[in-house]
Amino acid sequence: MIIPCPWCGDRDHSEFRYGGDATKDRPKHGTGDLKEWHDYYFLFDNPKGPHTEYWQHVLGCRRWFRLSRNIATNEIGGLA
Amino acid sequence: MSRQYSAFALARHALQPDLAWERAWASPDPKPSYDVVIIGGGGHGLATAYYLAKNHGVRNVAVIERNYIGSGNVGRNTTLIRSNYMIGGNTAFFEHSMKLWEGLSHDLNFNCMVSQRGQIVLAVNPVQLDTFARRGNVMRLNGIDAELLDRGEVMKLLPYLDYSKEARWPVYGAIMQPRAGTVRHDAVAWGYARAASNLGVDIIENCEVTGFVMDGTKVTGVETSRGRINCGKAGIAVAGHTSHVAKMAGLRLPVESHILQAFVTEPIKPIVHHVVSWGAELFYLSQSDKGGLVFGGHIDGFNTYTQRGQFPRIQTVAECAVSLMPFVSRLRLLRHWGGIQDMTPDGSPFISRTPLKNLYLNGGWCYQGFKATPASGWTYAHTIANDDEHELNRCFSLDRFEKGRELDEFGIGNWTYKQ
Repeated sequence: MIIPCPWCGDRDHSEFRYGGDATKDRPKHGTGDLKEWHDYYFLFDNPKGPHTEYWQHVLGCRRWFRLSRNIATNEIGGLA
Repeated sequence: MSRQYSAFALARHALQPDLAWERAWASPDPKPSYDVVIIGGGGHGLATAYYLAKNHGVRNVAVIERNYIGSGNVGRNTTLIRSNYMIGGNTAFFEHSMKLWEGLSHDLNFNCMVSQRGQIVLAVNPVQLDTFARRGNVMRLNGIDAELLDRGEVMKLLPYLDYSKEARWPVYGAIMQPRAGTVRHDAVAWGYARAASNLGVDIIENCEVTGFVMDGTKVTGVETSRGRINCGKAGIAVAGHTSHVAKMAGLRLPVESHILQAFVTEPIKPIVHHVVSWGAELFYLSQSDKGGLVFGGHIDGFNTYTQRGQFPRIQTVAECAVSLMPFVSRLRLLRHWGGIQDMTPDGSPFISRTPLKNLYLNGGWCYQGFKATPASGWTYAHTIANDDEHELNRCFSLDRFEKGRELDEFGIGNWTYKQ
């Protein structure tokens, strides 16, 4: 799988680290609602289809970015 | 309804070559309604249906499979069974599974080729050997067999490892579970399907569930590619597609789908007589009855529903194999394939009720689905029949993260990729 790094261009996925679902909204600091934190931290949509996710070019420029990828096919939709 | 398999049946068929073996399980059209519908005809779904019928007398059951029996992870794993777990909850559950494995062929009247050849986990530094000693003590206190081996004992059992001074990961010793081993995975699917079918369970293949029929928070049926099927209770047991199916019922789960690859080399004469696991990296290897070395490692590391593995993982796993057993470098890789696993944050599964009244969940099996098959079906059947968890699976509840009761076995959930 080839991943387009916004800085380095197309590189093999083994240079990257997967950072998970990028569509979740982190609750504000100081929010005491445990249910909200639980849902943010532990639950995933895990859709069989398009997915927006974080990747880090950990063995390259180390930049974090958002990528859209179809989980059902691994087709890369580009930066999101 | 297929007849009892026995030596006499073999002899009868040998003497009468024209006598065809009957189909192992029936292939009925779905009835309009069942007491229980199990979604997913993999090992766990079939085992659940079997134990519902056998242990709880619930025989008006359908197992609905999208593909054919044996097409999913039950035919894609590396066939290992073991019960060398340390964390409370897992220990008793997987030992129960091991005991069911030990009697499974007789119970199902189907030869599952259970081979208790022993599993040896190698320690590559003294600290690791200390942790193995602790794990072994916990196992023995729970009545599970465990033996600590020093380097000399390992050299006798596994003479083909790299014991040279140049070995990147020197062998310090190992922990062994003599009762662990391998089982022929296809036979498990076929055996459970046949035994369940003989008890009256309908196994419906090539039938995909496309939605749930709801009445408030109650499930009254499932929509399938072969029409609506009403049910009193529904149970999910779909491994990698757990999130996908649960979403149809409006549930959002602590699950991500990841790919785990497995590999087999060309067949060679018998050399590896145990299941060998490695302490330096997640890597495990055994030799199949056909002679191929069967091995596997980590998941690829990002969520996907494709059953296509990525090349870097193949390279890493091959490097592990050669580092541990140098002779493997002379072998050719014959096949490799992938299976989709439902990874949970703590690496432990769910066998549980759900927020919906009569919908039950079996999933989140991470790396350990196959070895759990009998106990998973056994406890899931109990959970569905009694609308309550059994003592053995109470720790696998869906709400354990809310309650701070995570079951963090070695931390091998998907979390390891996010640190």
